[in-house]
Amino acid sequence: MSSLLIKGGRIIDPASNLDRAGDVLIEEGKISRIEPSIWAPGIRSIDASGLIVAPGFVDIHVHLREPGREDEETIQSGSRAAAAGGFTTICCMPNTDPVNDSPTVTRYIIEEAARHAVTRVFPIGAISAGSAGEKLSEIGEMVEAGAVGISDDGKPVMDGQLMRRAMEYSLPFRIPVIEHCEDLHLSAHGSMNEGFQSTALGLKGISRAAEDTMASRDIILAELTGAHIHIAHLSTRGALDLVRQGKRKGIHVTCEVTPHHFTLTDAACCGYDTNAKMSPPLRTQDDLDGLIEGLVDGTIDCIATDHAPHNANEKMLEFDRAPFGITGLETALGLSLTRLFHTGKIDLKRLIELFTVNAARIINRPLGELAIGAEADVTLFSTESEWVYDVSRTQSKSRNSPFHGMRLKGQVAATIVAGKTVYLNEGLLRA
Amino acid sequence: MPLKAKHLLGIRDLSAEQIQLILDTAESFREISTRPIKKVPTLRGKSVINLFFEASTRTRTSFEIAAKRLSADAINISASTSSVVKGETLVDMARNLQAMAPDVIVIRHSSSGAPHQLARICDAAIVNAGDGAHEHPTQALLDALTILDRKKRLAGLRVAIVGDVAHSRVARSNCLLLGKMGAQVRVCAPPTLLPLGFERTFDLLQPMEHPGTLWVTHDMQQALADADVVMMLRIQLERQHEAFFPSVREYFRFYGLSAERMQAAKPDAIIMHPGPINRGVEIASDVADGPYSVILDQVTSGVAVRMAVLFLLAGGSKEETGA
Repeated sequence: MSSLLIKGGRIIDPASNLDRAGDVLIEEGKISRIEPSIWAPGIRSIDASGLIVAPGFVDIHVHLREPGREDEETIQSGSRAAAAGGFTTICCMPNTDPVNDSPTVTRYIIEEAARHAVTRVFPIGAISAGSAGEKLSEIGEMVEAGAVGISDDGKPVMDGQLMRRAMEYSLPFRIPVIEHCEDLHLSAHGSMNEGFQSTALGLKGISRAAEDTMASRDIILAELTGAHIHIAHLSTRGALDLVRQGKRKGIHVTCEVTPHHFTLTDAACCGYDTNAKMSPPLRTQDDLDGLIEGLVDGTIDCIATDHAPHNANEKMLEFDRAPFGITGLETALGLSLTRLFHTGKIDLKRLIELFTVNAARIINRPLGELAIGAEADVTLFSTESEWVYDVSRTQSKSRNSPFHGMRLKGQVAATIVAGKTVYLNEGLLRA
Repeated sequence: MPLKAKHLLGIRDLSAEQIQLILDTAESFREISTRPIKKVPTLRGKSVINLFFEASTRTRTSFEIAAKRLSADAINISASTSSVVKGETLVDMARNLQAMAPDVIVIRHSSSGAPHQLARICDAAIVNAGDGAHEHPTQALLDALTILDRKKRLAGLRVAIVGDVAHSRVARSNCLLLGKMGAQVRVCAPPTLLPLGFERTFDLLQPMEHPGTLWVTHDMQQALADADVVMMLRIQLERQHEAFFPSVREYFRFYGLSAERMQAAKPDAIIMHPGPINRGVEIASDVADGPYSVILDQVTSGVAVRMAVLFLLAGGSKEETGA
């Protein structure tokens, strides 16, 4: 197993409230010592001076497209993109082909990941068979096989009774029920946020009410059942207020936001760039401001990318025909540092918490912490390094990013999974 | 005077000066269509592709006649969006057309923004002949030319636009054009057929210096009061199942144009419709065929406006119209 000494970085571990300069020693894939100065002859060391040493990032919302759409992404390519973005753990959504609604598919993903992935990969199982929203999938067996949550992501569970049953049934398995909140009747055939921009562009709008009403139903059902509801890619001020109220009432509700929802507004759809099309859609400045308030005040639990690779041919279609979704693993940290930290909105401890321990707690995994004896998943990054995202150099098999050419401040230097360096940015660090 | 625009994608991109130039040029082209030999050599050697992804008789024919009267070679392509099913994307098709080096591509498409996507790829001048529910700029220009012919001005006129505004590219382009030219626009529709925040959208799109106004009402009487121009929009009956209104009968009762309703407008008010009309749905037959209806004049204006647009985009200036 891998041993490694990380010397001279600024170590920040939100879980233990640690923020100090020092060294981290990894032995046999576990963190063995965290001290101001460690002398460990014979162990390979890296010089982390000028860098932040954080727990490995956890992204609980990615689409790896395998099995079924290996032309868009594979477990291997997706995990490489994750590593390049500083993520040591990713959770993949079940909307593959076939849908991950059975222990067979769950096991397939876990076995493929063990062979080919450079990061940890945890599957999320489907709530309903085929994500068709009609009957429960084999939730218990999928959890036994290694699934860490359930979701019909990409599709909401429109049937309230089925959602109630899913929440009740999930209780003994201690897993989050993750919902893509969208009332399909209200959003019917829309392709961007409903508002000034959609009217000006002549595109059918998706109202914020489509998300808010569904979030409201789910939070009420979570109160009724006592289940853990996790709101995926929350994008509106209204849904955020509902989560805030729910938390205040003691309901087990958590939520994530994506970097694109706190970075871009629906103005990005001007010019009909299909890389500005995702679900939920980019919202208004007021929503964006609301999301930042939620990131500051703690209502938002974690940042997740909703990394959704799509074949370039499909994104070359007309705006209303193109598929929803963008890639996001490689730009998440840069966008977060640029938009949240360098603007003085949140400090590094809060930013790291959003990327690590909070996400790990949602899926009930003992990750995202730099504790002695814990798995040595570590992310090293620079807050100051400026760079321009070049999508032609992505590790992903897809290039559907609206952030190509964007200047970002803050960059991943190295990603370490169980003591093994799986990504190294040689411009910032030499092993 | 050149147009100083490479494409005609929407009225939104045009200044009042550019709109005026197109209208003046169109006015000077009108006469050609009354000659025994309706042809001038102005665009000889230029090629115009009419790329229609949506069925259209009137607009396609109008562009074709406009191109031919200017001696350009007009090629019609009725592409069904099924090329997408065959795996060819809009981008592929655009690249193929580009390889044939046309001077102008006129595109009609059911998806908003398709002309804008084409314009990013092609060197040819792109003319939007209607994209989704977005814009139909030549329709707004021909409507303006028709109004000018009867009323001699646009500024200060009271124009009522009535009907399915939500799905209408004609309404959007007309609201923008009339606003930019200083008219007072009243938009009337049931709330289900109006995009959310329609008034505010047009306030935000208006240039600051501009005097035109736009307001929304759900009352025909208010919309038509002292109107100089009444513009009716087509109700798309195929949308019936989406339950925007309970029945055609009820729709006509509240939002249809009858001779009786027209009493509220000025005595010399003109009635317009972009066609094709649904008699008895949005407009009564006797009104559509009545003395104040300029529905067929609109079609005639269409050829002149499209000649002007093709001419200005294919590189001409007003002095060399050959008119």
